Amino acid sequence: MAARLAVSRWRAAPAAAGKGPLLSCRRWSGAKADTVYDVVVSGGGLVGAAMACALGFGAWDHICNMRYRTFRRMQVWDACSEALIMFDKDNLDDMGYIVENDVIMCALTKQLEAVSDRVTVLYRSKALSYTWPYPFTMADSSPWVHITLGDGSTLQTKLLIGADGHNSGVRQAAGIQNVSWSYDQSAVVATLHLSEATENNVAWQRFLPSGPIALLPLSDTLSSLVWSTSHDHAAELVSMDEEKFVDTINSAFWSDANHTDFIDSASTMLQYAVGFLKPTKVSARQMPPSVAGVDAKSRVLFPLGLGHAAEYVRPRLALIGDAAHRVHPLAGQGVNMGFGDVSSLVHHLSAAAFNGKDLGSMSHLAGYETDRQRHNTAFLAATDLLKRLYSTSATPLVLLRTWGLQATNAVPPLKEQIMAFASK
Amino acid sequence: MWRGRKLNSGNRFLGVLRSRCWGTQAEGARLTSSAENQFSWTPQSKPWVFSDYRIMWFKSYKMTFACLNRMRIYRYPWPRLYGTSQSTVDSSEIKTFLALAHRWWDEQGVYAALHSMNDLRVPFIRDNLLKTVAQHQPGKPLSGIKILDVGCGGGLLTEPLGRLGASVIGIDPVAENIKIAQHHKSFDPVLDKRIEYRACSLEEIVEETAETFDAVVASEVVEHVIDLETFIQCCCQVLKPGGSLFITTINKTQLSYALGIAFSEQIAGIVPKGTHTWEKFVSPEKLESILESNGLSVQTVAGMVYNPFSGYWHWSEITSLNYAAHAVKSTEQEHPVPEFVFKGEREELRHKDSTNPGVQEELKK
Repeated sequence: MAARLAVSRWRAAPAAAGKGPLLSCRRWSGAKADTVYDVVVSGGGLVGAAMACALGFGAWDHICNMRYRTFRRMQVWDACSEALIMFDKDNLDDMGYIVENDVIMCALTKQLEAVSDRVTVLYRSKALSYTWPYPFTMADSSPWVHITLGDGSTLQTKLLIGADGHNSGVRQAAGIQNVSWSYDQSAVVATLHLSEATENNVAWQRFLPSGPIALLPLSDTLSSLVWSTSHDHAAELVSMDEEKFVDTINSAFWSDANHTDFIDSASTMLQYAVGFLKPTKVSARQMPPSVAGVDAKSRVLFPLGLGHAAEYVRPRLALIGDAAHRVHPLAGQGVNMGFGDVSSLVHHLSAAAFNGKDLGSMSHLAGYETDRQRHNTAFLAATDLLKRLYSTSATPLVLLRTWGLQATNAVPPLKEQIMAFASK
Repeated sequence: MWRGRKLNSGNRFLGVLRSRCWGTQAEGARLTSSAENQFSWTPQSKPWVFSDYRIMWFKSYKMTFACLNRMRIYRYPWPRLYGTSQSTVDSSEIKTFLALAHRWWDEQGVYAALHSMNDLRVPFIRDNLLKTVAQHQPGKPLSGIKILDVGCGGGLLTEPLGRLGASVIGIDPVAENIKIAQHHKSFDPVLDKRIEYRACSLEEIVEETAETFDAVVASEVVEHVIDLETFIQCCCQVLKPGGSLFITTINKTQLSYALGIAFSEQIAGIVPKGTHTWEKFVSPEKLESILESNGLSVQTVAGMVYNPFSGYWHWSEITSLNYAAHAVKSTEQEHPVPEFVFKGEREELRHKDSTNPGVQEELKK
């Protein structure tokens, strides 16, 4: 299944989404009128749809027939210094893929249609409330989760999977505590036209004091922009006219305005030291392609924050994707973590089903929670730390991160570890 | 292949402690555990149900931690009525059991170890049965297979087998168990059709179900059977030729006495004295010889070990505590039962039983 996706976290703002919230229900064999579903997935975004597909099997083939881009290298550098880090694979293998949100959704929808005998998708349905079962089998109380929909109908299911985003209604209804804070930043996303067609297989990210700006390849002439910046600046960016917007982007990538001499000399010093100790091939610093235009309606913004649910599972309930964890897009890992959740949950559910277990039983759900919390917590902490570290232009921190970045760049095994972790 | 999964129970503790620390606000369902292990609670608003579920979980963990092997003892405290019409039922054991009848389906309660044992016994049964089947449907590996679950209790093992596609009949002499089992499966329309429960003993259905089952499962039963020889005979009679018999039980060793009875019953005082009788435990050698003498050829005997701290079972080379056995009925004529070895024991037990004639009626209620 879709395991190796480095997907840019660009996503249409929820208000602008053409597809309404959707509910995917999955039934296994021979269902009749008495509908007790094995699994109901609440929320039909990338992760929810992927979950529904996974329970009915594989969507990567559809994506291959549509637009996606592999990238071979990734360059990340600082606005306040010359330090940079370059990730690439020596054997010229693809590091990862950039796939647009809409392309993935389209592929998943196609796949859902292919497995429609096992998966029922309810479009434009809204879950109003949830009724949880009692832990004990009490006389006459149903042991299933009941979901009341907007049209008044009720669904019963053995396992409810909450994939309804960072403001998860499922999570709130279950009363699961959520640790969260907002980043006082919004991300602006857009599709950009490059000034000239190039090979375009490098992903670029530059840390500005106001937030990281990233350019991700979509095709030879198109790239995707993700620019995390303050709310005001983001609003300004979205509303300014196209020429000015393009200029701002170019100068954000090219300008050296934030450099200070002190930092520059400090970083040069370390560079010599590294070069002395370890004379290796030095990846020459490259500059990203310049941007000529932007797709008319493609500029949107959405607010950023961090969120982590205290529990991912309860009896008959599992949270996946943003409902469980919300992260800053600076590492492009948000939806990847969600796909990782899907993969882990599917693995645990299949093992449980093969043992004839009740799908809503805590024994295997707890296994999923342990797996994913271990992975996700580390990631969230690291991303948060990086975000804070790069949000400042205070000299000591800039020095720290400059040297840190240079040092990491000089240690290939460390970079390989980072790449491996991110592509899990 | 049959290793139980190891989960970090410490993590679950952490999860539970965490949820307590976050502080579920204001009211919550109150759970008190009284001396007789009766939980009473007043359900209030919905979310609190879950946080208190976790607290209950925590309490059950305390119980598990403190009660090594308590679960094993509490599994089936009622004796079986297999054998001739003069079987005995100990009414005090029935009472102990009846008090726990409603606890069958609490996965973290007194039957937690039995629930957890499914991780071993379901794959054991499933994989051995799959060997006899040429092809199988991916979603229902056991479809088309008829299974008899003897001593099904609340249906803990019956339901997973049903979910895997088998048609299962679960029998148990205690009507209350059957009632609980019926109630539990009634909510799931698929299981409702695949599983049938009857409150009866094995010999009562031997006549009508002769040679109809592809598999008979007697899990945690033979250590309570009065007359093992007859029990095995009956199992054999209801099996089709080539059918499989699956048994899990406790070995009769010093270790099983020490851990299973001396510690749990007498030292820790967790289990009421006399719940289990060490004399009724069956060693694998004895079981094997009875099986062989009844025309059942033993295919596998595997040891199982319970880790009370993690709550998981594991396959093991050690058969001195719990073990599982798989035997297959031969496809030729049944051998006559050789009576020389166990006659003495059987006579002794029969003599004891004959003093209690009217218990069969009592149980039928």
